[in-house]
Amino acid sequence: MKNIQEIFDILKEKFGDSILELLTTLPVESFITIAPKKINEVCLFMRDNEELKFNSLMCLSGVDDANGKQVKDENGAVKIEGSTLSVYYHLESTEFRHKVTLKSSAPKENPEVESVALIWHHADWHEREAWDLVGIKFLNHPDLRRILMPYDWEAGHPLQKDYKNPEFYHGMKVPY
Amino acid sequence: MALKTEHMTLNMGPQHPSTHGVLRLEVELEGEIIKSVQPHIGYLHRCFEKHAEAMTYPQVIPYVDRMDYLAAMYNEFGYAVAVEKLLGIQVPERVEYIRVIMGEFQRIASHLVAVGTYGLDIGAFTPFLFCFRDRERIINLFEMTCGARMLYNYIWVGGLSHDLHPDFVRNAKEFVSYFKPKVKELNDLLSYNRIFIDRTANVGILPLETAINYGISGPNLRGSGFEWDIRKDDTYSVYNKFDFDIPVGKGLQGTVGDCWDRYYIRIQEMGESLKIIEQALEQLPEGDVTSAIPKRIKPPVGQVYSRVENPKGELGYFIISNGSPNPFRVKVKGPSFVHLGIMNELCKGHMIADVIAILGSIDIVLGEVDR
Repeated sequence: MKNIQEIFDILKEKFGDSILELLTTLPVESFITIAPKKINEVCLFMRDNEELKFNSLMCLSGVDDANGKQVKDENGAVKIEGSTLSVYYHLESTEFRHKVTLKSSAPKENPEVESVALIWHHADWHEREAWDLVGIKFLNHPDLRRILMPYDWEAGHPLQKDYKNPEFYHGMKVPY
Repeated sequence: MALKTEHMTLNMGPQHPSTHGVLRLEVELEGEIIKSVQPHIGYLHRCFEKHAEAMTYPQVIPYVDRMDYLAAMYNEFGYAVAVEKLLGIQVPERVEYIRVIMGEFQRIASHLVAVGTYGLDIGAFTPFLFCFRDRERIINLFEMTCGARMLYNYIWVGGLSHDLHPDFVRNAKEFVSYFKPKVKELNDLLSYNRIFIDRTANVGILPLETAINYGISGPNLRGSGFEWDIRKDDTYSVYNKFDFDIPVGKGLQGTVGDCWDRYYIRIQEMGESLKIIEQALEQLPEGDVTSAIPKRIKPPVGQVYSRVENPKGELGYFIISNGSPNPFRVKVKGPSFVHLGIMNELCKGHMIADVIAILGSIDIVLGEVDR
């Protein structure tokens, strides 16, 4: 069983600059931040390494950090510019019983994160959900389609903090 | 001589009696053999997670009820545990015991529906009626406790909405002694029925490695022969004070990890839940159940991923707080959502009639799949 500091040291030694930081100041849960284009390599290493063996992905969540500047456009609608979208990975090893949280952020204008769906099949649907609701593009995902919203939903990604409902969908009034 | 077969795409649902809700399965067939199954979900989607961001922490609880509406008590339980971790508060002993009692009753009720409708899917009508008759008694107990029969809003952050009814303990004990022999009755009716075994044994075999890789949890994971239960392996509340076993699949009628194994785990778990309830009723301490409820819930900046053993599997809440009275983000990892993702893997190469047997054996609730 390893704690998050030991795991961080192992990863830092192996991947160097791709492992950005370890944040332990927040209450309850600490996490390791990883560069979005390297996350698949790091995860593959963490799954197959003899000392780590993170064979199970507990949860994968997409989050709109909304840490940018609020801007009003000409119609008076509020937009948030310059913020990031993040993905949180909660990993667990059923053999060693240790857990760890990873985070990977990408700018909202170009939210590209490497997919881990081929490392843990569990991630497949969660990544589709994160794409559908938050709008994170997972590179090299086998089948990145919307999952919960209709396939032809054009109004964007509802869990972004500045999302606006469209007025009509196929001629039906949306706000009820 | 090989029969001539034809390639065909078949849409099963959204309105279909055996999909347990509005689910569409797009099945690719070669004659009667399944080539692939593609589930299409989202018919019940109401974006609970977006709603939650506009609510205060206690206001989220009724929304949580409506995810897995057959196990609403446990959804609240999981949410309360997660927010309490974020707040860093302890709740009184009596609250924990009542939560465990309610949670285990809910587990029995949920498994009764799972087992009953599974029999119904496969063509056994009678066990369904027996299961619903017994479930009715549990629901009466819940109604007596909090006035609602399915969607309770009973377990609150830091406590409970009411204390138990004065007659609750007596009635609960009565139910336990009434229900104990019924598990055997259910075995005689369904578990060892020849037709039922023929339909479920050696069908939809789920190997352990695949199960872990797909994130399968709960009875489905234990059906594959892995002794893993969050109540014991990552314990929460007061589960470490009770003595109970974790049933695992042994391949009694066929291969380890087949539909029959997954089904039989649920039957055995009902007996284990009865054990926990009996012990909890014996040890139930006195105390005030509302004293620890915070007046204003405003967790510090931070995040938590907390999970509990829902009747259907691992129910996880990922909550981010930015220090305001509303959660910044609530993400739910629902077991049904995860389990539905393995349909394609399980169904490939089986006959078309087995889709129903496999879908019933993984026990999903569409309210939680779509959230």
